Amino acid sequence: MKGLDSGFSAALARVPGVDAVGLEERAAALCKRSIKKDTKRWALDFLIRCMDLTTLEGADTQGKIVAMCGKAIRPDPMDRTIPSVAAVCVYPALVTAAKGALAGSNVRVASVAGAFPSGLAPLAERLSEIRDAVASGADEIDIVLNRSAFLGGGTQEAFDEIAASKEACGAAHLKVILETAELGAYDPIRRAAALAMRAGADFVKTSTGKVGGATPASALCMMEAVRDFHRETGRRVGVKISGGVRQAKQGIQYLVILHETLGADWLMPDLFRVGASTLLNDVLMQIGTQRSGRYQGPDYFTVD
Amino acid sequence: MGTIRKRTSSGASAPSKRGAIVPASPFAYAPAPESRGIVKIKDRYGLFIGGRFVEPRSKRHFETISPSTEEVLSVVADAGEEDVDRAVAAARTAYAKTWRALPGRERAKYLYRIARALQERAREFAVLETLDGGKPIKESRDVDVPLAAAHFFYYAGWADKLDWAFPNRRPRPLGVAGQVIPWNFPLLMAAWKIAPALACGNTVVLKPAETTPLTALLLAEVLQEVDLPPGVVNVVTGAGRTGAALVAHPDVNKVAFTGSTDVGKAIARSIAGSGKRLTLELGGKAANILFSDAPIDQAVEGVINGIFFNQGHVCCAGSRLLVQEPLLPVLIAKLKDRLQTLRVGDPLDKNTDVGAINSRMQLGKIEELVQSGIDEGAEIYQPECTLPAKGFFFKPTLFLGVSQSHRIAREEIFGPVLSVLTFRTPEEAVEKANNTAYGLSAGIWTEKGSRILWMAQRLRAGVVWANTFNRFDPSSPFGGYKESGFGREGGLHGLEAYLAFEQGAGRG
Amino acid sequence: MASAGRVRIRKTYKLFVGGAFPRSESGRAYPVKDARGDVLAQAARASRKDLRDAIRSARGAFRSWSEKTAYNRGQILYRVAELLEGRRAQFEEEIARSGGRKPARELDAAIDRWVWYAGWCDKVHHVMGTVNPVAGPYFVFTIPEPTGVVGIVAPDEPALLGLVSRLAPAIVSGNTAVVLASETKPLPAVTLAEVLATSDVPPGVVNVLTGLRSELVPHLAGHMDVNAIDVTGVPREMRADTEKLAAENVKRVVFAKSDESPYEITAFTEMKTVWHPMGA
Repeated sequence: MKGLDSGFSAALARVPGVDAVGLEERAAALCKRSIKKDTKRWALDFLIRCMDLTTLEGADTQGKIVAMCGKAIRPDPMDRTIPSVAAVCVYPALVTAAKGALAGSNVRVASVAGAFPSGLAPLAERLSEIRDAVASGADEIDIVLNRSAFLGGGTQEAFDEIAASKEACGAAHLKVILETAELGAYDPIRRAAALAMRAGADFVKTSTGKVGGATPASALCMMEAVRDFHRETGRRVGVKISGGVRQAKQGIQYLVILHETLGADWLMPDLFRVGASTLLNDVLMQIGTQRSGRYQGPDYFTVD
Repeated sequence: MGTIRKRTSSGASAPSKRGAIVPASPFAYAPAPESRGIVKIKDRYGLFIGGRFVEPRSKRHFETISPSTEEVLSVVADAGEEDVDRAVAAARTAYAKTWRALPGRERAKYLYRIARALQERAREFAVLETLDGGKPIKESRDVDVPLAAAHFFYYAGWADKLDWAFPNRRPRPLGVAGQVIPWNFPLLMAAWKIAPALACGNTVVLKPAETTPLTALLLAEVLQEVDLPPGVVNVVTGAGRTGAALVAHPDVNKVAFTGSTDVGKAIARSIAGSGKRLTLELGGKAANILFSDAPIDQAVEGVINGIFFNQGHVCCAGSRLLVQEPLLPVLIAKLKDRLQTLRVGDPLDKNTDVGAINSRMQLGKIEELVQSGIDEGAEIYQPECTLPAKGFFFKPTLFLGVSQSHRIAREEIFGPVLSVLTFRTPEEAVEKANNTAYGLSAGIWTEKGSRILWMAQRLRAGVVWANTFNRFDPSSPFGGYKESGFGREGGLHGLEAYLAFEQGAGRG
Repeated sequence: MASAGRVRIRKTYKLFVGGAFPRSESGRAYPVKDARGDVLAQAARASRKDLRDAIRSARGAFRSWSEKTAYNRGQILYRVAELLEGRRAQFEEEIARSGGRKPARELDAAIDRWVWYAGWCDKVHHVMGTVNPVAGPYFVFTIPEPTGVVGIVAPDEPALLGLVSRLAPAIVSGNTAVVLASETKPLPAVTLAEVLATSDVPPGVVNVLTGLRSELVPHLAGHMDVNAIDVTGVPREMRADTEKLAAENVKRVVFAKSDESPYEITAFTEMKTVWHPMGA
C-alpha cells in the first residue's frame, strides 16, 4: 500500500466551506450564457470528442458492446466529419469484447471496477477487480469513493483505498466517482474532491448514474476544488460529468462552467469527459440543426 | 475616452495565464446580441401630463443617447417651471377628484395591472433600459424588470391593508408626491417611487434622470393602457432645473429623491421650513468585509457582484473590500483570475457582464478618481480586455494597498473600481467600515453565524448583507444611515413615507 | 345564448383530487337540489377512501407549495382571480342556481376577497412575525410557518363566497387543503376547482370533495395526518363529536372569526422562534 500522505490532514483542514446559495447562483448564471453559431458548433464537436459512451446494465451482452463500439468510432455513418468519442465505459466482464470491437481506433476503453456502484466489497476483492480489468486491456479505471467510510468519519480509510486503487491501476488512469448526489451538501463534495486528488486520482467524476446525477452546482463545486488543487500542487486533475446528461444543451452548460472556472487549459479530452449514452444522439441532432437550420428528428440517427 | 497615466514603479500585474480567457481560446463566445426590434422608440416624446403626452410649454427639448454607441435614440422634452406647474396641478386634480376617494381595494387593482403589464412586456422594457442606460441586457432582463414588476405587485397588496400595517393610527395619504430618480436603475427606481405612493392613495409627478428618460416614458404608455385615471401619475422629463422646480413647488406635499449626496443636501435646504415630507436615498461607500473563514469562492463572487454589477453604478456597491490579512494573497489571486473572465462590451450582447458607463461625464469622474488612486500610491490592476472603440467604457479595476485616507477609499466613485484594504480583528473591521460619512450598506463574509450577527449589530449601515451582496426585494426595507440619506423604501417600512397619521394622545 | 332547439351538454360534477377529476371510488353520487326541490345535478358522493386519497395528495403537495417563495404563491393565487374574473358568466349562473340572491355581487366579493388574501402572502410576516428583544446577546426571531394539511368543512352559505373566505386564508401561508364542499350547495365549489386546475396552482394543493357531511366529517376530524381542521361549516349538532375526534392528534381546531383579517391566516400557522448568539 502506498505510504500515507502526511500533509493530508493539513490539506483537508484548509478546504474552505461552500455557501450553497452563492454556489447555486453562480452555477445558474453560468448556465445562462448564450452559446451560438461557431461557438456552438465547436462545443458540440468537442462534446463528442470528450464523451465516454457508456453502458452499465446487468443485461449488457457481447452484441450490445459491439454495436455501441461501432457507434463510438463512427457516431454518424452518413457523416465522416463527426469525430469518434473519447472512450467507451463498460463493466469489467465486457472489457475484452470492447477492446476487440475498438481495435484499430483511437477510442479508449474505460472500465468501472472496485464493486461499482456501491464500493462495498472487501478491499482485496476491489483491488483484484481493478487489476483484472487492466489486464483485460482497460486504459482507464472508474472507481467509486467509499461513501460509507467517508460519511461515517473514516476519511483516512477512504483516502487509503483510493491510493491503493491508484497503485493497482498501473499505467491506466484512475477516475474517482464522488457520487455527489449521495454526499448531501456541497461542503462534503469539496472535501471529497480534495481527498481524492490528494490520494492520486487522475480525474474526479460526479456520479455513477445509478442514483441522482450531476448538477451544474455540484459540478462547479468539484471544479473549484480542482482549481485549488492545481494552485497548491501544480498538478492538473481532470473533471468528468456524468449522470443525467441527456441533452446537448446541458453538455454545453457544463462546458461553460468548466471554461470559466478552470480555463482554456482544461478544454481537452485528457482533462474533461462527459459520461453519457443518449446524449450522443442529441448532440448529433443539434449539429444537424446547426448545419441545416432545420430541427431534426430521431429517425435519422442510429440507435445502437 | 481618457487615458490612465500609470506610475512607473507599479503597473498592471501580468494577467494570470491559468484560467485566462485569451483570444486564442477555442471556446471564445460568438456574439449573441439581443434583438432591438422588439422596442419601437419614437423620434420625439412629449411630457406625460393628465394622462396624455403633451408638448412642453418651455418649447425646449434635448437628445437622449445610447452610451454604448453614442447614437441618438430620441428627443425628449425639457420641462420648464410652467410645465412642472401643469403636472402638479394635474396630480392635484386627480388626487382630489378621483384617486383619494377610490377604495384601497380598487387602487390595488390598477397596481396589479401595471405589474402584469410589466411582466408581459418584459423583454421590451429590458432592451430599452439597456439601450438608454448602458447596463448589460442580462441585468435589465433578469434583475431590473422583474424587480420592478414585483414592486408593483407587492405594493398593490398593501393598498387595502393599510390599517393592518399601522393599527390604531388611521393612515391617510399626503396628497401629491414629487419624485426625482437617478439614471442607474431608471425603471426600477420609478417602480420604487410610484408603487408605494399610489398604494397609499397619493398621486405622483415623476422626474426621470436626464440621461435615462425612455423607460419612464414607456411606463407612461403602460399607465394609459391599464386605464390608470389621468393625472394619477405624471412624468416630466428634464435635467437638474426641472427637478429643482418640482421639489420646490408649493403644491407638492411630499418629496422623494434618490441620487447624489450633494443634490440631496441641496434639496433638503430648498424645502427647509416648508413642511413638506422628505425622504432621501443618497450615496454610499460600502465596506465588504471578508474574514479568513469565508466560503472563499462564493465570497469572490460576492465581491465581484458587489462592485461590478451595473458597472458599479450602485449606491450600495461594495466599493471597499476589507480583507482579513491572512486571506489576502489567495483572495487577490482569485480576484485577479476572476476579473479576467469578466466580459466587457456591447450591453445588448447576452454574454456581456460589464456594460457601458452611463455618460461621458460619469466616465470623466471615474477616470479622475482612478488617477488620484495611482497618484496617491495605490497599486492598480486591470485585466486584459479590449474596450469597444465607440461609447463610454471602463475596464474593471482593482486597487491594492489602499489606505483609509486615499480619495479612492473615501469618495464614491460610482464605477467599476474596487479598493482593497486589510484588517486583523472584527473590531478593527467594524471601525474601518463605519469610518465614513456614508452608511448605506455593508457586507460580511464568514462561516460563523454569531460573528455575522455581532458585526451586523455594530455596523452603521441601513442594509447589511451576510454571505451575499446586492440582494433586493420589494418586501425588504432599503435605505441609509448618516449621509446616505434617511427613510426606507420597500417592505412595510416603505409605506410610512407616503402616509399621514392621526395625532391624538390616549387614543385607544 | 344557445340556439333554439339545441340540446345542451350537461356538466358532470366530480371530485377534485391531486389536480385531476376522478369519480368517487365508491361509484356513488347524490342529487343536488335547488330551492324548489328540483334536481340541479348529481354530485359525486365521496367515500372515506376518497378522503384518504385526497389527504395523501395534499400531504404530498405540501413540501413544494410551502417552499415556494411567498411572492410566487401570491402570483399564483392572483392568477386564480384572473381566471375567476374571466369566467364570470359561468360562476354567476352557478351561484344563482345554488340560491344566491345577488350572484354578481357575491362573485365580485368572492374575487376581491381572494385577491385580498393573495396580497397577504408576502406581508403576513411583517405584521405577525417579530424580532424578540431578549435580555441577552441573542438574535431571536419568530416567524409564522404553515401548519401542514388543513381540512376545511365549507359553510353552506354563501355558496361560493363562504368557501373562498375559508380556503384563501388557509393556503396563503403555504398550507395545502382538503375541502369538504357544502353538502346542499356544492356546485360552485366544483366549478372553483376547475379554475384551480387550469391555473398555476400545483396539483394536490387544493382538493375538493363533494358528499355527505355525516359520512365525511368524522373521518376528516379523526385522520392522523391532518394538522388543522376548519369547522366553520360543521353542523352545530356535530361540533362536539368533531372536536373530540380532532383531539386524537391534537389538531388545531379553527373556525371563522372574521371575513377579512390576517389573523384568519395565522390561525392556520405555527409560530417558530429561533435563537442565535451574537458574538465575534
